[in-house]
Amino acid sequence: MIKELYQFRNLINELVKRDIKKKYRRSVLGYLWSMLNPLLMMLITAMVFSHLFRFDIPNYPLYLLTGQIIFTFYSEATNFAMGSILENGGLIKKVYVPKYLFPLSRVISSGVNVCFTLPAMVTIMLFTGAEFHFKLLFCVIPLLLLMLFSLGIGLLLAAFAVYFRDIFHLYGVLLTVLNYATPIFYPTKIIPLEYQGIVLYNPLTYFLQAFRDIVYGNVFPSGEQLFVCTCLAFGSLLVGGYAFSKKQNNFVLYV
Amino acid sequence: MERKENIIEVKNVSMKFNLMEEKVDTIKDYVLKIIKGQMLYNEFSALTDVSFQVKKGDILGIIGFNGAGKSTMLKILAGVLKPTAGEVVVRGSVAPLIEVGAGFDPELTARENIFLNGAILGYRREFLKEHFQEIIDFAELNQFVDVPVKNFSSGMYARLGFSIATIVQPDILIVDEVLSVGDYRFQEKCEERIKTMILRGTTVLLVSHDLSLVKNICNRVVFLQQGKLKDYGDTDIICKHYEEECNVVR
Repeated sequence: MIKELYQFRNLINELVKRDIKKKYRRSVLGYLWSMLNPLLMMLITAMVFSHLFRFDIPNYPLYLLTGQIIFTFYSEATNFAMGSILENGGLIKKVYVPKYLFPLSRVISSGVNVCFTLPAMVTIMLFTGAEFHFKLLFCVIPLLLLMLFSLGIGLLLAAFAVYFRDIFHLYGVLLTVLNYATPIFYPTKIIPLEYQGIVLYNPLTYFLQAFRDIVYGNVFPSGEQLFVCTCLAFGSLLVGGYAFSKKQNNFVLYV
Repeated sequence: MERKENIIEVKNVSMKFNLMEEKVDTIKDYVLKIIKGQMLYNEFSALTDVSFQVKKGDILGIIGFNGAGKSTMLKILAGVLKPTAGEVVVRGSVAPLIEVGAGFDPELTARENIFLNGAILGYRREFLKEHFQEIIDFAELNQFVDVPVKNFSSGMYARLGFSIATIVQPDILIVDEVLSVGDYRFQEKCEERIKTMILRGTTVLLVSHDLSLVKNICNRVVFLQQGKLKDYGDTDIICKHYEEECNVVR
């Protein structure tokens, strides 16, 4: 498996490049959009929420942006990974390529995209006078773990999406649910106690908290938090990888 | 004959498909069908218990009428399909020429597609850079290097695909009627290139309806009929059987 990954590293590289190139082809600002998009989204949401609802959160823009970065990363990576097998159906039918490379390269593309948004985050930190600390560098750890988590979910979705196209529609709804069930724009403490479970059983919450603790809270995430994230990441990889490997031989017949 | 090693071994290969009409697309369909007990699989055997071996350096023709399972056989050999039963052993690198250019991304330019398609076929980037000009020259697309492939004509598409796929010397070359694309001159060029490969020791698998082409370049022939191996042997004998069979059908 590792050997195979190494052998096909060039293909992964090319697939990732293709995704990124195609995303910004013929747009004047190109890669800048990766930075601008979250910034603009954040500005709008921040405007709405700081005037309509007053959450008692210091440096709300940064709080919001960290949430959005994590959620966009997850939703983009899984969404694209889900369709990756079907999109490359033409290829899968004609040449032998290990099929997991497609979801994998999609998730990596989203990872690269997140790297482009990090300057936006730094800009906001500068702008709002947030504290800079070397700890900030550790924010890649939750991001990497989230990437593995997304890959697992992406593999699972991709495998089933080949057989049931309903998954596409269903997952869109599920993502909206997740968007509200993750403390992206609200503080956890405003949720009534009896509903806290919704946030606590949502895996994304843990990745977000770990990321936010570092960037926004300027502290190391607790060992417990990282442990939970690691378990979630590898658990999802295991389940997704297993489902994918079980189903992959028949993809050719259904794409 | 026996001293040459078998480069391909096909052992009792069978391939079954569930026909498309029984394809279930939605969970609702699926549940309904299970409840009604209608999950009848309308099975179709494309190949039944086919076995043969190919020796290194052989030029194998695969012939048969439409629906005999020729393309299915090639896809199994290329590793795209996994046989329902049986086993296939392939020793060496395979360059598939099944619908060349299948891996092209229409939005990308010819240049970008060379690197993408090359990567799909397993070539290294440096290798592609080295041979870039050669690929473009052979495909005669010098003027169009930076044009998105979606604007290409089908002939240009095929030329580029063929050029990329044959830039290396593979151990095994799989050809599925690609020679029917492009104009006459380019077809000749392709045949030329394939012949050079043969001289250098590449094993070739060729599917064709063109019996004279098969007689011309193949030394061994597999004759498939309705998914079964009807005949396997030297070109002259098998081709004669095939022609007799054609006459019977007529």
